[in-house]
Amino acid sequence: MSKMHVSTTINGEPTEFLCDPSQAVLDVLRDQLGLTGTKEGCGSGDCGACTIMLDDRMVCSCLVLAAEAEGKKIETIEGMANGDQLHALQKKFIEFAALQCGICTPGFLVASRALLERNNNPTETEVRYWLAGNLCRCTGYDKIVRAVMDVAADMRGASK
Amino acid sequence: MSKQKYKWVGTRPDRPDGADKVTGRARFGADFNMPGQLIGKVLRSPHAHARIKSIDTSAAEKLPGVKAVVTSKDFPEQPNLVVPAGEMQVNLRDITRNVMAREKVLYESHPVAAVAATTDSIASAALALIKVEYEVLPHVIDVAEAMKDGAPLLHDHLITEGVKPVPTKASNIAKRIDNLKGDIDAGFKQAEIVVERDYTTQPVHQGYIEPHACLASMAEDGQVQLWSTTQGHFQVRGFCSRLLNIETSQIRVTPTEIGGGFGGKTVVYLEPVAVILSKKSGKPVKMVMSRDEVFRASGPAPGGTVHVKIGAKKDGTIVAAECTIALQAGAFPGSPVAPACWTSFACYDIPNIKVVGYDVVSNRPKVAAYRAPGAPISAWGVESTVDILAQELRMDPIDLRLKNAAKKGTKTSYGPVFDTIGFVETLQAAKNSAHYKSKPKPGMARGVAAGFWFNVGADSSAAAHVAEDGTVTVISGNPDIGGSRASLALMAAEELGVDYSKVRPVIADTSSIGFNFVTGGSRVTFATGLAVVNSVRDMVRELKVRAAKTWGVDPEGVIWENGCAKPAGSNVGEFEPLSLAQLAATAGKTGGPINGHNQLNAQGAGPGFGVHIVDLAVDRDTGIVEIGRYTALQDVGTAIHPSYVEGQMQGGAVQGIGWALNEEYIYNAKGKLDNAGFLDYRMPVASDLPMIETIIVEVPNPHHPYGVRGVGEVPIVPPLATVGNAIARATGVRMTELPMSPPRVSAALDEATPRMAAE
Repeated sequence: MSKMHVSTTINGEPTEFLCDPSQAVLDVLRDQLGLTGTKEGCGSGDCGACTIMLDDRMVCSCLVLAAEAEGKKIETIEGMANGDQLHALQKKFIEFAALQCGICTPGFLVASRALLERNNNPTETEVRYWLAGNLCRCTGYDKIVRAVMDVAADMRGASK
Repeated sequence: MSKQKYKWVGTRPDRPDGADKVTGRARFGADFNMPGQLIGKVLRSPHAHARIKSIDTSAAEKLPGVKAVVTSKDFPEQPNLVVPAGEMQVNLRDITRNVMAREKVLYESHPVAAVAATTDSIASAALALIKVEYEVLPHVIDVAEAMKDGAPLLHDHLITEGVKPVPTKASNIAKRIDNLKGDIDAGFKQAEIVVERDYTTQPVHQGYIEPHACLASMAEDGQVQLWSTTQGHFQVRGFCSRLLNIETSQIRVTPTEIGGGFGGKTVVYLEPVAVILSKKSGKPVKMVMSRDEVFRASGPAPGGTVHVKIGAKKDGTIVAAECTIALQAGAFPGSPVAPACWTSFACYDIPNIKVVGYDVVSNRPKVAAYRAPGAPISAWGVESTVDILAQELRMDPIDLRLKNAAKKGTKTSYGPVFDTIGFVETLQAAKNSAHYKSKPKPGMARGVAAGFWFNVGADSSAAAHVAEDGTVTVISGNPDIGGSRASLALMAAEELGVDYSKVRPVIADTSSIGFNFVTGGSRVTFATGLAVVNSVRDMVRELKVRAAKTWGVDPEGVIWENGCAKPAGSNVGEFEPLSLAQLAATAGKTGGPINGHNQLNAQGAGPGFGVHIVDLAVDRDTGIVEIGRYTALQDVGTAIHPSYVEGQMQGGAVQGIGWALNEEYIYNAKGKLDNAGFLDYRMPVASDLPMIETIIVEVPNPHHPYGVRGVGEVPIVPPLATVGNAIARATGVRMTELPMSPPRVSAALDEATPRMAAE
């Protein structure tokens, strides 16, 4: 089967790749482009470890065909920090010990940023439901939810 | 304990691997690749129990792109010899059969062959070309069924250990164990009230988000490099060496970052297969399990049955306690039934105890350790029964536990006498907590339960090196599964009297540091922490020698204080202190590099006790349980990095809540798992939970320089009964089967309703 040629923008960089028609975005990111920060926990869209942004939409990259990325903008964990400055969520996750093993962390960070870009004043319940598609087996979610709420509070403080 | 006692221990600095893990830089098991690597895949059994009549791999071998195919013929036979693996014991004869089935397949998805090919899709296609002829045999899934006469036998050679006279017939009962203390019959004669119940639990998976993965490369000279996501790279090395007859020093295992394990990554599944595929193909081989494979073929924790009988005086004094536990081992012997038995009544000072345990094989994947292996299952039975006793005696459940609490000097049913422990302090802290003092919100009811884990010491090695500028590298050999780099660096900084940022902790591969037992049993901060502290002390000893040399005095005349060598007194002479940086800068002139080393078998792991409190509501129509408030309390000895201590308590509590409410392995009539995915195997998600409040109790362990006890295991022990006890108080119905899922709770409520209405 011949490969498909796909042009995208990944973390701001124009990127072209060849893929099989059956290949998921996740596999192209990890196996072809070396962007292994996006993780595979289940391959069925149930754990959220592979969460990326596709044209500002939060998706499980294991469920999106690579060919669907044609002409679209992909954002992954590798593009979250700005130069040598960590994103506020990245800093807060470290400060609050919101990660233990760290395998789910990229997915949680991408999902949390998507939430705060839409709603910088979420209730605890809103945070918990927004992040309900991301599994973490280590933390019990407490410190993750606190970190996200704290960043939201900082964002509101800064924008006043 | 006052926090001012230490400068670094007890603080909450950023973890040394934080930036790597929030940016995607950290490399986990599936993130390693080598040029020219092949992809390895495993063909798995479609049957729960079958004899392998033949395997024909010829078509697969001919497929272009296939570079190697292996079956059990490629693995040497192993002796019937039990060796330690993580927190469990494994038999080499069994483990080689678990890695690759030989005579029979013993559970669905048991490996029967493996291929290595140039691409993932060619490897998959090759698996489909392997022809296996099976003779399907009757299977048995349920423990009680497996124990019956006439049950399908998994192993013709399995004679029950621990029974006299020695049985003459094989059975599925691998072992019976007995713990006795005092006189159980005399004890029950003194009892004024006796409570007796039967409980069951289902197997649950550890549920780490990262599937098993490894990359193996065997060179033409026989040297093996292996990258593996594991809790014990020394164990991976040991198993590969034994199972493949390769000299241990020829194998170098580098632990990748590990995406959760909880005990489930203390054994090997893929690694020996990847090595043999690499040997056969002459190429590096990468293998990664799918989630489906993780569920079907990597160790869950066992399910089992627990019978509990407790006798007490009317004032609440427990005079006798009895417990019988039968645990699923999976396809091969070796469930954690021994720790289940030993921990069962460990919270209490009871004069007469009888505990009997059975290790039972059935056609399920071989169980693996899961956080405090076995303990949550016996605690579910015992702590539920203690709660019934409290209800019948109309006593506060914490007061009843305080009345019977184990303390220093209490002799356990399994032998040891407790040294300083903090169960009483933890119970008192629970009683005095804001949560317990508050009234449950309307519609909510409260449950309380306790839990115990021994904590583990065992083998650790560590080294400390001073760089030319006086900064320090601390090297140890336990994969960091939840922030242990930070706690090791904190203890090293404290010992040295230097800033935490000057200490860089490194986890070395098997060839770069001495042997370390697994990351498990809640041992790393205790045992490896001790090795790190001792290696730093060894380095400080050398630093004092160098200062003495510089000053021309006796080394005994030098002390180490706040990161500097100083004269012990004015009699030694007047010298300006020499800092670590100054001593490092002149090391070349005073004797060369300055390093410290330590290796030990750590004794004196301090037992840990926890008490959990929950407020919850039960929807009577649907059986859905809503957790409203949850508090976990635990004696941790000393919290080295309190944030990660809290994290262990919160994470363990939530895994326990999942075990209590939803998680279970569901088998169909053919012995196949029906819910091998995260959609149908329902682990807790953020919206299921409130914040998990934590109260850290610190009763220092006298056998550690900073008073460390293990932390990670205890918090999964109390939640099962904590939740069950609250459900009993919310509904008046005592649940005795796990999980207390909506269908089960709903059915139990329906069954109880006519009776309740009649009352």
